[in-house]
Amino acid sequence: MATSPTPAAERENYLNTEYGIRSWLLTTDHKRIALLYLLLITFFFFIGGFFALLIRLELLTPAGDLVQADTYNKLFTMHGQVMVFFFLIPAIPAVLGNFLIPIMIGAKDLAFPRINLFSWYLLVIGGLLMMYTILTGGADTGWTFYPPFSTAFAKSQVVTAALAIFVAGFSSILTGLNFIVTIHRMRAPGMTWSRLPLFVWANYATSIIQVLGTPVLAITLMLVALDRLFAFGIFDPQRGGDPLLFQHLFWFYSHPAVYIMILPGMGVVSEVVSCFSRKRIFGYKFMALALIAIAVLGFLVWAHHMFVAGISLYAALVFSLLSYLVAVPSAIKVFNWTATMYKGSISYATPMLYAFGFIGLFTMGGLTGLFLAALGVDVHVTDTYFVIAHFHYIMVGGMVMAYIGGLHFWWPKISGRMYPEAWGKLAALIIFVGFNLTFFPQFVLGYLGMPRRYWQYSPEFQVLNVLSTAGATILAVGYVLPMVYFLWSMRYGKVADENPWGAAGLEWMTASPPPTFNFDETPVVTWEAYDYANLKEVPVEP
Amino acid sequence: MFQTFPLWPERASTTAGGVDALFIFLLTLCGLMAIMIFIMILVFAAKYRRSRGREAEQIEGSNALELTWSGVPLVIFMGIFVWGAAIYFKERTPPQDSAEIYTVAKQWMWKFQHMEGQREINELHVPIGRDVKMIMTSQDVIHSFYVPAFRIKQDVLPGRYTVAWFRATKAGRYHLFCAEYCGTSHSGMIGDVVVMQPAQYEQWLSGGPAAPLAQTGKQLFLSLGCSTCHRFDVQGRGPNLMNAYNRPVLLDDGRTITADENYLRESILTPAVKVVSGFKPIMPIFQGIISEEQLNALVAYIKSLNQSPEGTAGTRNTPTGSPTGQPQMMQVQ
Repeated sequence: MATSPTPAAERENYLNTEYGIRSWLLTTDHKRIALLYLLLITFFFFIGGFFALLIRLELLTPAGDLVQADTYNKLFTMHGQVMVFFFLIPAIPAVLGNFLIPIMIGAKDLAFPRINLFSWYLLVIGGLLMMYTILTGGADTGWTFYPPFSTAFAKSQVVTAALAIFVAGFSSILTGLNFIVTIHRMRAPGMTWSRLPLFVWANYATSIIQVLGTPVLAITLMLVALDRLFAFGIFDPQRGGDPLLFQHLFWFYSHPAVYIMILPGMGVVSEVVSCFSRKRIFGYKFMALALIAIAVLGFLVWAHHMFVAGISLYAALVFSLLSYLVAVPSAIKVFNWTATMYKGSISYATPMLYAFGFIGLFTMGGLTGLFLAALGVDVHVTDTYFVIAHFHYIMVGGMVMAYIGGLHFWWPKISGRMYPEAWGKLAALIIFVGFNLTFFPQFVLGYLGMPRRYWQYSPEFQVLNVLSTAGATILAVGYVLPMVYFLWSMRYGKVADENPWGAAGLEWMTASPPPTFNFDETPVVTWEAYDYANLKEVPVEP
Repeated sequence: MFQTFPLWPERASTTAGGVDALFIFLLTLCGLMAIMIFIMILVFAAKYRRSRGREAEQIEGSNALELTWSGVPLVIFMGIFVWGAAIYFKERTPPQDSAEIYTVAKQWMWKFQHMEGQREINELHVPIGRDVKMIMTSQDVIHSFYVPAFRIKQDVLPGRYTVAWFRATKAGRYHLFCAEYCGTSHSGMIGDVVVMQPAQYEQWLSGGPAAPLAQTGKQLFLSLGCSTCHRFDVQGRGPNLMNAYNRPVLLDDGRTITADENYLRESILTPAVKVVSGFKPIMPIFQGIISEEQLNALVAYIKSLNQSPEGTAGTRNTPTGSPTGQPQMMQVQ
């Protein structure tokens, strides 16, 4: 196949301005750093995915026969830790956010470009520690590190795993800090708060959580390490400590962390739905407010992970009530996306298919959250596969769909090339089908009572587990496809012009790929966000 | 087919029906909500598909709609909250006269001590129609007592008692799972709850040679030397434990607390933490000296010393008999 003419021949951009490994490893260009993150987290996504596949293969039969019990325990631990801390949390903010936020607000770069590069190196160091942990046997505490198992009983690499996450956490804190300062101080003239794309609002809300929540995780993990190495006894009842204290501290971060993972995805979907409906997002102000409301309320619901843990009856009532409050802004978002499509001009390009998938699967994940917040039901389904299915609908069905959809949407901007549309649609379909087949049976398994983290299980659960494993293999194919054709498109894809979707937003008003400082001259914004009324109509999709 | 591929768990306790009712309500409600949203998306996607000559109609939004779709869900959510809370409240409040079973969880087994003295591992026999209160602790890490057919689950923690209760309604053998990850053989920390007809259960009870738990506790109370200070006749150097259980206690730091199971437990293991007002912290520490099972026996014995007629949860289990119901559960053998 003939190589398409390179867009780089025409003008200098951030990709062709300098070559060589040094120009990448020492770059302070937010767009290049975004690509460094992309490489890093894609690597960890496939590591974590590999563990997931082994888990699903083990669960094909009721007996523990593929791997040993300890190995299985390490597989789900490493799967969780890698996916949460080295893929989901950095994914949209550190890749798409890094690339897009400065461009979307009309800035040349983030406020602290060198801190931005430092954040990436912190994630690399954390990642190396995580790889060291994995290669020296791994940890087997579950990603949740519950003591006293993690502090006094586990015979695995608990401290290095905790250290890996501790270091990665600082990457997250610094990225959040960078975004907050950038969004406050670096907006182009005329880019008021009420004109910010919702993707920027979403990352702003996310950054607040990263900055306020992550230090608590760091403290907690440090206490676990001190307990384990020096028997401080903070969480050890034998020494007057309290294991429930750990759970409070851990979930104080780790529940908001769920919103770190999903809010940026909501931002992506807002951009995509608006673009492919060619409409201003319905209820812009409520959408922005809902993001902030989720970020704030998200800090007040942590103990809903602990309804059977031994907290007081009245504490449980309060946390159940607050959990229902945080469901309201999530509902607002789903309704507004749907309303945005009303009387739109809708095309079914690949990013839009992912947005459809996101809305559907996030709705399922959100609605099953109502089950879990209901105290009486939670007692039965907590710590079962119902919970596994619920949070995978949010994390994988929601967040990963949004991330991959976002990659497709902004790929022409990032690479200057189009991905192959037909393959894109096929992969989206495969992922949607594979995902549902993997995780829907787990809702049923959970209500039947199959506990999570079980290496072997009772034979009556087998049929549903086989369905789930079959789904996981389909899902795996769906995830490999985009990686292949994205790589392919970098050389052979159709050259993209600056605005292939006819989308609103400053990022579509500069070249694809953008020049190093994003704009030749600082834009002056005189229009509202999602100004589709005044954009020329794009051709009908073939 | 459905033998090997069930789609609904068995219902074998008084709690299960209520949980299922709310679950089915939520399935219906959320199913309708999801279908409504999916249909809207599909209809919009089809009806407003991009076509030549038609442009999108720009709509800013609608405050009325926003308030509706925040307000209506909020009201519905509050309803679900109250319903869920009502079930939970009942689940967390054991009836006053429940039969008590002490449970010690450890890596990776369940140990049960019946008041009548029977001890079991990974198998729990209970009768139909009787409120059973599980008083549970762990010897090592956190475990969780989970019986899907009863729809109950409660984490079991080291260093304290947690409580769960149920009333079985259907004879049979049901899964008992550990639901909190606890290490290598977590998935092997399973057992059976055997629910029996009351008559069969009596038969099962009479099968063992064991002494009642409170009596075992009494022997420990004597052999460990507790009785030298905790005297019942004259004021000893420790508080008189007669009728002490579930009563308010004034501590030497001025606080008043209830002498519940967790307080008794703590005061045996680490007596100096909460000393009763007027006494000196002279009692030796028993942490690491006695086993969890011995501790349970001691607690059961101290609870059996409550003989007052107004009655507390301990009354039903006094070795000297009880004024109400099923005396065979309380008999001294």
